Amino acid sequence: MARDGVFSRWRRTDKFEGMSGLSPSDCHDVHVLAVDDSLVDRKVIERLLKITSCKVTAVDSGRRALQFLGLDEEKSSVGFDGLKVDLIITDYCMPGMTGYELLKKIKGSITFREVPVVIMSSENVLARIDSCLEEGAEDFIVKPVKLSDVERLKDYMFGEDPIQGEGKGVNKRKLREACEISSSPSSSPPSISSSSPLSSQSLSSTPSPRSSSPSSPSSLDSPTRRLKMTNCGT
Amino acid sequence: YSLPDLQEFVRASKAAMDVVSQLQGQFLDFTTSLYNEGFLDDQFVQLQKLQDESNPDFVIEVVSLFFEDSEKLLNNLATALQQHIVDYKQVDALVHQFKGSSSSIGAQRVKNACVAFRNYCEEKNVEGCVRCLQLVKHEYNLVKSRLDTLFKLEQQILAAGGSVPMIA
Repeated sequence: MARDGVFSRWRRTDKFEGMSGLSPSDCHDVHVLAVDDSLVDRKVIERLLKITSCKVTAVDSGRRALQFLGLDEEKSSVGFDGLKVDLIITDYCMPGMTGYELLKKIKGSITFREVPVVIMSSENVLARIDSCLEEGAEDFIVKPVKLSDVERLKDYMFGEDPIQGEGKGVNKRKLREACEISSSPSSSPPSISSSSPLSSQSLSSTPSPRSSSPSSPSSLDSPTRRLKMTNCGT
Repeated sequence: YSLPDLQEFVRASKAAMDVVSQLQGQFLDFTTSLYNEGFLDDQFVQLQKLQDESNPDFVIEVVSLFFEDSEKLLNNLATALQQHIVDYKQVDALVHQFKGSSSSIGAQRVKNACVAFRNYCEEKNVEGCVRCLQLVKHEYNLVKSRLDTLFKLEQQILAAGGSVPMIA
């Protein structure tokens, strides 16, 4: 699967800045690293991210992800210091290194521990979700991933001040569990048309302003809510 | 243009539009049946949202990847279950993959068959697993044939100069 190897992807991202299909008006240069061993899922997540105006690098394993970030012990960091990654989204169940193990490695790295990490999984096991959030994951998405899931991620990429933000993961989770009321501390991103201070918590494609207690079936904006709505086996 | 020319033009245009609307009607009926019969679920609708003028073949591309992936998985599963000593961990991993990819494209019946399959893996029940593999394969073939028909209808509509109706 050479074409999915990290280096061909990296070169493509580097050389072809624009990437076909990206609208120049939305160029915030948000770069997402997507990690999933499934070819089908990689294609879907890549498209989901591109449609929300992100640059995407998609790799097929945790190991490749670490190589891309220059964190692989066995390979020297080939001048990746200037590499900007704004979000890492990874599958949980992968052969070799799981998404959880990848998360720990990222959070253990000085260079990348502030980068928000989102975990995806087809299994909504509470213990799994808990341990990921405890380890510093920003969010946990139950597969299959939809456009509304990815649009919600824009918060982490646009709305966060990179200087602040200690314990973001835990705080966000507590916020969500407590009252599911958006109280995002940072200013709303200017470029997202449907955003307002109240609604920056959960951006979806519906233009109507969100109330502070989203209880409609379409507002799947918290991991716990996602849990209730899905009925995956096991 | 003479009057007969114009009349012929109108007749031909009407005929063309009739063909398109007939095909569109077929397409809508067929699509509806796919959802009603549980072959496809909401995730397929989600995939279609990701298709546009800049990516007009997205759904077909993803589904093609799914077909390729599935053939490999089915072969590997058959091999794994033929082993003298079955490695249920490996079988389960393969079924898990299949469950994931079918879920990602909205192939609901395939996904559900995979869920049942995993239960038999857990019980280390080889006959149950073999039966489940047959069922998964059957469901896969059904949805593959349905999707092939769906894509063919789309092509026919486009070839006749019409546009493919979107299901909201």
